[in-house]
Amino acid sequence: MTKTLLSLSGISKQFDGKAVLDELSLTIGDGEFITLLGPSGCGKTTLLRMMAGFEHPDEGTVTLSGVDITLTPPESRPLNTVFQNYALFPHMTVFDNVAYGLKMEKRPKAEIAERVEEALAMVQLEDFTKRKPHQLSGGQQQRVAIARAVVKRPKMLLLDEPLSALDYKLRRTMQVELKRLQRELGITFVFVTHDQEEALSMSDRIVVLKDGQIQQLGTPREVYERPANVFTARFVGQTNFFPGRVTKIEGERISVNVFGLNRDLRKPSFRVAMNQSLHVLLRPEDIRVLAPDDTEGVAGKIVERNYKGSTLDSVIELEDGSQVMASEFFDEDDPAFDYSIGERVRVSWVDGWEWLLAEEGDEPLTDEEELAADDAEH
Amino acid sequence: MRWLSRSYLTLVYLLLYVPIVVLVVFSFNDSRTGYSWGGFSLRWYESLFNNHAMVQAMWNSLWLALTAATVSTIIGALTALALHRYRFRGKKVLNGMLFVVMMSPEIVLAISLLGLFLLLGLKLGYVSLLLAHVTFCLPFVVITVMARLSGFDERLPEAARDLGASDFTMTRTVLIPVIMPALMAGWLLGFTLSMDDVVVSTFVSGPSYEILPLRIYSMVRVGLKPEVNALGTLLLVFSLVMLMLSQWILSRSKQ
Repeated sequence: MTKTLLSLSGISKQFDGKAVLDELSLTIGDGEFITLLGPSGCGKTTLLRMMAGFEHPDEGTVTLSGVDITLTPPESRPLNTVFQNYALFPHMTVFDNVAYGLKMEKRPKAEIAERVEEALAMVQLEDFTKRKPHQLSGGQQQRVAIARAVVKRPKMLLLDEPLSALDYKLRRTMQVELKRLQRELGITFVFVTHDQEEALSMSDRIVVLKDGQIQQLGTPREVYERPANVFTARFVGQTNFFPGRVTKIEGERISVNVFGLNRDLRKPSFRVAMNQSLHVLLRPEDIRVLAPDDTEGVAGKIVERNYKGSTLDSVIELEDGSQVMASEFFDEDDPAFDYSIGERVRVSWVDGWEWLLAEEGDEPLTDEEELAADDAEH
Repeated sequence: MRWLSRSYLTLVYLLLYVPIVVLVVFSFNDSRTGYSWGGFSLRWYESLFNNHAMVQAMWNSLWLALTAATVSTIIGALTALALHRYRFRGKKVLNGMLFVVMMSPEIVLAISLLGLFLLLGLKLGYVSLLLAHVTFCLPFVVITVMARLSGFDERLPEAARDLGASDFTMTRTVLIPVIMPALMAGWLLGFTLSMDDVVVSTFVSGPSYEILPLRIYSMVRVGLKPEVNALGTLLLVFSLVMLMLSQWILSRSKQ
């Protein structure tokens, strides 16, 4: 990793006796795009506000380029924030909004004009300088907020769910735009979101948060393909959890009994014992739906079919009543592909595509987390 | 049925406006009696402005309303900000007490203020009037400003701080401009309240500082002089201008 820009160590924070952040430590490298991902109430916004200086930790320290800024007020920190609802000054024009930060630095007029123009050109709003915020669309307001935050050339840009108020299409455009900006400016972005898809597509690294603690810290690929625990697996993307039992341990390989079938798998990084129960995780796209006369896999029947354009999503009910989600790419040449509801099939997966997790004490998810996870899928 | 509702409305508006129209028309009446039309004349306006005591009372009232409105807007805005921004002990009590002042009968306020001033040995005049007027204007200002603040985006001050503004600069460049319409509305409200207050003023004014409402009141007691009509017309024009001004400010701030 590149050199450390910001580091948080042992951060704890309580609001009204309720722990929002719990001894959290995190280092953010210079120039990276890092996303804080989690359901509402996980502490991600509080963490961001702590970096900005709006909240101070009860315990722990925040250091920026080696300088302790734990108690430094926001106006003295070389970082800027893009707020969730933009927080544009309603009584000022677009130009004055963007110029505000530079005026605070008492920059000469000519420099301010030049830099504001430059910042507005970067977000393609150079023709809107004389408008007031309420005369702009949501997407345009968003761009002004970004221009206002980057015009001061901060070391770090903090973005608090900046795209949540935009519609789907505009959000996709802004995601690409933000990535472009980050590349061009070369500054560190800390992005807060509850949208896992957004997190996966934009970040260099993702911090998965729950109850004020880091659940997992890794690249989007690591978080998606090798979730550290059940929460991450459920929150990021959709996952099938198959119950497995260890039947054989032999060097780097173990045998796991899944739905009565013995699968020969790689030994996971956690300790396993004979007869131990564990979760075998498979993403819907790892599942193969086979013809009923196939020798491989487990028998079941199709209970739901959803045409998604590029993929066909199905839900298959196994004989023991558990349901399996499968997502397949179209293959028009495969005659067996188009199963109808109620049809008997067999499900299997390619060896090596599964991911094993130890069982945890605090399962299953509460309703609230389910909702948050559902939310994040849209 | 249509003619019924029409005539009903007409009746209501007649009741509202006939006295005002009569007042304005008779202010231009040349006749002395005031009950018959004697031709158009500006003599009552002339005699009004030649009435030195009356002009003095007018200036006194204007100055008093101006200062009372300004002082109560400053104190009221700060009070509203404190009530809005901070959490402290007795906040609810303080909030409730504002309404008590607003709702309690004016005569009660008048008597208690007079008692207080006498107790303090304060000479009745401009200062006592100012203190009294600020007292009854204050709750109106606080409530007007608080209403505006409740719709205020809490992220705005944070955005200003984030961009490098100190708390003071933020207040000056963001907070005050955003709540400006409420400050103006509060000021105008205070000005109007102070301008036409009779009850409290009767109790706390002294011979050294005569104000317009009291002057008119004493004039009317010895019989209705047409001069009063002229004065009433002037006040009417003045309040219409103020009303239009405040509407204009409000509509501009909404854009």
